[in-house]
Amino acid sequence: MGVDKIDLKKIKNGKANQIVFSETLEKLASKDRDIIVVTSDSRGSGKLVSFGENYPQQIVEVGIAEQNLVGVAAGLASAGKKTFAISPACFLTARALEQIKNDVCYSDNPVILVGISAGVSYGALGTTHHSLHDFAALRAFNNIIIVAPADNFETEQVVRLAATSKKPIYMRYGKKQMPLLNENNTSFELGKGRVISEGQDLTIIANGETVYPAYLATKKLEIEKGLKVTVVSMHTIKPLDTALIKKLASNGKPILTVEEHMVNGGLGEACASYLMQNGFTNPFKIMGIPDEYTVTGSQIEIFNHYGLSEEGIYNACIALNDRQNNTN
Amino acid sequence: MTEKALKLKSVFLRKQILKYIYSAKAGHTGGSLSCIDILNVLYNSVLNVDPNDFKNSTRDRYIQSKGHCVEALFVTLADRGFFPESALETLCRYQSHYIGHPTRKINGVEQNTGALGHGLSISVGEAIAAKLDQKSHRIFTLLGDGELAEGSNWEAFLSASHYKLDNLYAILDYNKQQITGNNSEVMNMNSIKDKLESFGWAVREIDGHNLIQLETNLNSGSFRKGKPNFVIAHTIKGKGVSYMEGNLKWHHGVPSPDQYALALNELNEAEALI
Ligand SMILES: Cc1ncc(C[n+]2csc(CCOP(=O)(O)OP(=O)(O)O)c2C)c(N)n1
Ligand SMILES: [Mg+2]
Repeated sequence: MGVDKIDLKKIKNGKANQIVFSETLEKLASKDRDIIVVTSDSRGSGKLVSFGENYPQQIVEVGIAEQNLVGVAAGLASAGKKTFAISPACFLTARALEQIKNDVCYSDNPVILVGISAGVSYGALGTTHHSLHDFAALRAFNNIIIVAPADNFETEQVVRLAATSKKPIYMRYGKKQMPLLNENNTSFELGKGRVISEGQDLTIIANGETVYPAYLATKKLEIEKGLKVTVVSMHTIKPLDTALIKKLASNGKPILTVEEHMVNGGLGEACASYLMQNGFTNPFKIMGIPDEYTVTGSQIEIFNHYGLSEEGIYNACIALNDRQNNTN
Repeated sequence: MTEKALKLKSVFLRKQILKYIYSAKAGHTGGSLSCIDILNVLYNSVLNVDPNDFKNSTRDRYIQSKGHCVEALFVTLADRGFFPESALETLCRYQSHYIGHPTRKINGVEQNTGALGHGLSISVGEAIAAKLDQKSHRIFTLLGDGELAEGSNWEAFLSASHYKLDNLYAILDYNKQQITGNNSEVMNMNSIKDKLESFGWAVREIDGHNLIQLETNLNSGSFRKGKPNFVIAHTIKGKGVSYMEGNLKWHHGVPSPDQYALALNELNEAEALI
């Protein structure tokens, strides 16, 4: 499973994960009348206009009312409907947080919460429209699976599995076209990290739209520095694949986490908690959006500003590798 | 301002909205055009605000709850001298404070908005504080009709009448459309007037593109002593550009070069007739 197996030309063929989401859901809904979509003036941004036209009996519109969206979805799920509640991740997981906590998680109503245009996908629309808190907020709730698929393959798998889930799920993704990351690794399980490439010198654990720049950085590291890097798409943040983390950490080599989320309380801190409590002292760094007034600009500009880019991740890997060599 | 001057100003501000949406390649076009007459009248005939002393505690407050129509606010503030117009060349650019929603980093902006259904509660707080301090300034809030589905508005409607906030003016940009479709199809609001009256508000219904009606009603003082004031301003989304008017596609949308030229032509013609 070498890094060369990925055909970078595929980036041209990649779709935005949100398109894959709606296409998959429409396919499933055509065969299953119990699939219900709930929207809050969000069907356009959710790419569900065609769903609404083709399956008018399977879509419930609540208007711009995210709290009502989640509450109504909880009721539908309680009545046995396979319910997908769709709204921009920022509003879904902030405005309706208490509905998620009480009506979905605590009451065990297996709603599939779908956060669209997650992270900083909305770019220059600013902080009101960014979701950099959602992993942290939802990780603090019992009884919810949290997933951030990286590519089209993972997105499709999550939607299919979610439709049969007996447990609440939160999935979030962005708007950018995403290339297929590893065409050889086609196994997918919620709660099991997907290995994109393997190497012995360093490990990157990333999720969502940051996996791709991380992967590009490792190609460059191999060519320019001879460093071989393992890249994992840790699509499921909760439950975390600690068995895989344990295996990866056991060589003592540096670990870098990358996420489109604030550095507080997300994937990185989840990994750190596991590593620390289990005696691992690998050089370790969390990359994400720092705890400050987020710089303004497009998603790409924000990524570049905070080093969530091929170059930024490349530099972070070199720094971590130096740290490893200095402590040896 | 005279009626003629106000009318000329409205056309100018519409052109400015289009200019900066066109240059930023982003923006909420339809909703900015539907509320610009309201902003024009507020900032040029109603609000007691001083661009050079914005933080003065006696100022009237304007809180734009429908924050997505930030272009309307920015061009109005620039025209009133709150900041140089050249700042708008950075709209939505890297490291600019002029982003796609109002932020308090900018002189003249009262509150950070963008998530719908927040502005009215903040306005209630401002209005209560003014009463506590026995200050006579007024608080104005602009709401979207789709936005009214957010339950927080109805919580704020209750508290505004409970606290008899007759210093509070909520203005509804009633363009009858939101992103997905007409309000009536997405989430029916009928009848807003009855609902607000039953919540204890004094309600007036006006033409939100008639500058004199806007001016008269917003400057009239409280509509009924002890009641918060609600203005249903009937508007047209995309007002002023024929191909945008009432067309859902222009909720957010950037005109092509041809469309931009066409829009400017129409506005120039309208200007010539004033
Ligand atoms: C809490 C929240 N939910 C969703 C959105 C996304 N959104 C932005 S504008 C808009 C439609 C607003 O419609 P309306 O209030 O009628 O405004 P207008 O027609 O004046 O543009 C939506 C759903 C948001 N900004 N905030
Ligand atoms: Mg509207």
